[in-house]
Amino acid sequence: MSKKNSEYLINRKDNQYEVVIGLEVHAQVLSESKLFSTSATKFGAEPNTQVSLVDAAFPGMLPVINEFCVKQAIKTGIGLNAKINKRSVFDRKNYFYADLPQGYQISQFKDPIVGEGKVILDMPYGQKEVGIERLHLEQDAGKSIHDLDPQNTFVDLNRSGVALMEIVSKPDLRSPDEVSVYIKKLRSIMRYLGTCDGNMQEGSLRADVNVSVRAKGSKEFGTRCEIKNVNSIKFMQMAIEYEANRQVDLIEEGKSIDQETRLFDTKKNETRSMRSKEDAHDYRYFPDPDLLPLEVSDEFVKELKNNIPELPDDKKKRFIDEFKLSPYEATILVSDIDTAKYFEEVIAKMGKNKDIKLAVNWITGELFAVLNNKNLEISQSPVSAKNLAILVNLIKNGTISGKIAKTVFELMLDGDKDPQKIVKEKELKQQSDPKAIEALIDKIINDNREKAIEYKQGKEKLFGFFVGQAMKASGGKANPQLINEILKKKLQ
Amino acid sequence: MSDITKQSLTELVENIKDKKLSSTEVTKAFIDRSEKSKELNAYITEDFTSALDKAKKFDQKPNLDLKLPGIPMAVKDLFCTKDVKTTAGSKILNNFVPTYESTVTDNIWREGAILIGKLNCDEFAMGSSNETSFFGNVQNPIDKDLVPGGSSGGSASAVAGQLTPITIGTDTGGSIRQPASFTGTVGLKPTYGSCSRYGIVAFASSLDQAGPMAQNVKDCALLQEVISTYDPKDSTSIDFKRNQYSKELTNNIKGKKIGIPKEYRVDGMPKEIEDLWQKGIQYVKDCGAETIDISLPHTSYALPTYYIVAPAEASSNLARYDGVKYGFRAKGENLIDMYEKTRSEGFGAEVQRRIMIGTYVLSSGYYDAYYLKAQKVRKLIKNDFDEAYKKVDAILTPSTPSSAFKIGEKTNDPVSMYLNDIFTVPVNLAGLPGISIPAGHDSKGYPLGLQIIGKAFDEQNILNIAFAMEEKINFKNKISNWWIK
Repeated sequence: MSKKNSEYLINRKDNQYEVVIGLEVHAQVLSESKLFSTSATKFGAEPNTQVSLVDAAFPGMLPVINEFCVKQAIKTGIGLNAKINKRSVFDRKNYFYADLPQGYQISQFKDPIVGEGKVILDMPYGQKEVGIERLHLEQDAGKSIHDLDPQNTFVDLNRSGVALMEIVSKPDLRSPDEVSVYIKKLRSIMRYLGTCDGNMQEGSLRADVNVSVRAKGSKEFGTRCEIKNVNSIKFMQMAIEYEANRQVDLIEEGKSIDQETRLFDTKKNETRSMRSKEDAHDYRYFPDPDLLPLEVSDEFVKELKNNIPELPDDKKKRFIDEFKLSPYEATILVSDIDTAKYFEEVIAKMGKNKDIKLAVNWITGELFAVLNNKNLEISQSPVSAKNLAILVNLIKNGTISGKIAKTVFELMLDGDKDPQKIVKEKELKQQSDPKAIEALIDKIINDNREKAIEYKQGKEKLFGFFVGQAMKASGGKANPQLINEILKKKLQ
Repeated sequence: MSDITKQSLTELVENIKDKKLSSTEVTKAFIDRSEKSKELNAYITEDFTSALDKAKKFDQKPNLDLKLPGIPMAVKDLFCTKDVKTTAGSKILNNFVPTYESTVTDNIWREGAILIGKLNCDEFAMGSSNETSFFGNVQNPIDKDLVPGGSSGGSASAVAGQLTPITIGTDTGGSIRQPASFTGTVGLKPTYGSCSRYGIVAFASSLDQAGPMAQNVKDCALLQEVISTYDPKDSTSIDFKRNQYSKELTNNIKGKKIGIPKEYRVDGMPKEIEDLWQKGIQYVKDCGAETIDISLPHTSYALPTYYIVAPAEASSNLARYDGVKYGFRAKGENLIDMYEKTRSEGFGAEVQRRIMIGTYVLSSGYYDAYYLKAQKVRKLIKNDFDEAYKKVDAILTPSTPSSAFKIGEKTNDPVSMYLNDIFTVPVNLAGLPGISIPAGHDSKGYPLGLQIIGKAFDEQNILNIAFAMEEKINFKNKISNWWIK
């Protein structure tokens, strides 16, 4: 595997700088209940309605590990080609905050559940491998709401205790684009596995971004700054660009960079210092004495491994081999599990004599355009895979032309109508009777004698004019291939 | 029956089962005596009215198949009791009423017992004399102005003073066995994982364990049988085969090998304690057991290890008392100010001292030198016991290095106070069961206890040894009722 890097460089008068990025992604585990309690985890519930005595840290309450969340973390680890640690330890990360009821977060510090792994990114300049340092399980905190009252802060504990996976990458990323592709890839893998819904608007996926810069060609890492809690890919990219330039400016001015934690202000598009290294919290990590070390057996992991679905990289390989797709097409179709599912359903419904290329074009062309316009996910597509398959088959077997198909497709959008019915009702079936077309063309040549002569004298551009006239006369239904053939013959 | 409160739990259960006594009579007798015993300050919260109602209800439809039919019982105020205030002896929980019940107390009520009140204890169970309680110190029924020990001081005082037929305490470093020893009563600290910690206000999670405190070994065995259950709500609860401790109790300990650890013969230990120990050795021999000299080489490191591990866990366990969600809250200018004032005013001096020690030993830069090293020593201490148990079935030691001391005598000398737990702390660090039984009196007439330490999950064996010794010792507690006017 080539380990190419993009040439994303920051240029100053005499110097070029490379940007080094590492991400700590916080992914909410897809689970009905919390990491150490049985409370529900539904998004958007009334404040403080999904809180147990454990989540609110009442005296004498004890955490009990949710086995499902452990399985989800291990599955994710498998998806990241990572080492699954058979023994991991939950630690307490101690700090005071109003939305942290226990006064500590239960996390994993020294012994995470998942160790080193890797993720492959498809970049325009080739494939790039990004190392995974670790994945660990931890509790989310509650939410402090500062803007409901001028004097008081309100606390919503619905999120308190929800299971998160923190996925730490190695500092292998080199540009905002790579960050974007990396996040999308992680999201894709977790959605394939069903371990995280990847919904960034609802905060199911957010990241701390570590940024440093160094002179191009240098092997040493620069001093890094950590930008906390960025919750969209766009903001991550903006924050990196701002932060990398800020650091380069400091170096150019002969100043040093302080290792610190920074916040990204989305309104001003800048990062601001939150706390310096000296002010960094001392979290006083120690193993949580309420929980025994988490031990998983080989059989437990094997069982999970056996039930891992086909993941994007394998699916892509298969699409290329089986359906002869280009790597580019395959990448697009596997990037999201629902897209891949839709595509595979279309292929299945098309039956034996299928035109896969045509189906791909229709999905990535017309369908994606509609979804984009209407701001819909493919799972909400107004046209079902079954009906799209029928439409593509209608084109393939010559019942309708590609052009008519676009009209039919428009009509299908309203209530996922069967394209066969539309063709029948609107009498859109393609005119494929050569005699009828011949008659039609004879009439047109007759009506446009002069143009026919001009064509024969060498004005070949006029061929298109005759095709257009023939199409128009047939109400668009004439088989374009036949029109072409007959016209050529007649105009010789 | 005017002497109801003098009866042991076993006698009361028999009398109720034989319908010689009603639950109401028994409950009333203990409430009456409790009312007359305010000077002991054993209770933080009384629940007398509700207890009498429950007793009457029990008598209307008595279920005599239960193990504790209609038996009134006061419990240490560290156990969360549904709808009854639970303070942990602290101002910070002064107004806290749980909506839930601890597993241990739930087990007790299920067997028919009736809550009559919550007993005083050192604040968050941090203390060895019950003097750190926000609700004032507790008097030892043995003598005026004598501490009952701690942290389960209210529990020990209430059992010795016959305000409750039996009770439960918690033991993190000796909090059941030391007060039992100071008050002439029996106290068992079960194996770690034997009794659920669910619903017990936590002090040091890896050491805390609930256990029975009683007038005699048989009562103690009966209550242990009730409270020890596997509980999936506590991840450290252990699913092992539990005995019917009271039914299987026997005084036949012939051939048992009892270890006598030389390291427990500490410098400056009063001769009375040494003599008591020798007497104990003779008693077990008289019972047909064999004594073997053993070595527990890391014993002297137990106390410093304990005073790193326990405060470390406590500093984190007590972080939840921040004035945000429940309990006491002081007014503050902002969040940090509110935290500081709440915790400064809400916690007493000893609790603050331990939070500070714990915070210190966990801080970056000190963690390896203190907490990590303490964990390693803890393992060595456990290994000592494992080695010893290859040769012996149980270990006999004094319970405490002295008898009860006067109120105020050690309050300004925390280290001398901590030394009280020197014989009990190793047992918690190793997670083993230990029982303290009264074995004699010192020259002042104050009771002295002996401790029997068992293998993990071998409660039955140490109860049997204690039962056999109890018969030989024939200890009589000297309760003069000095506090009853």
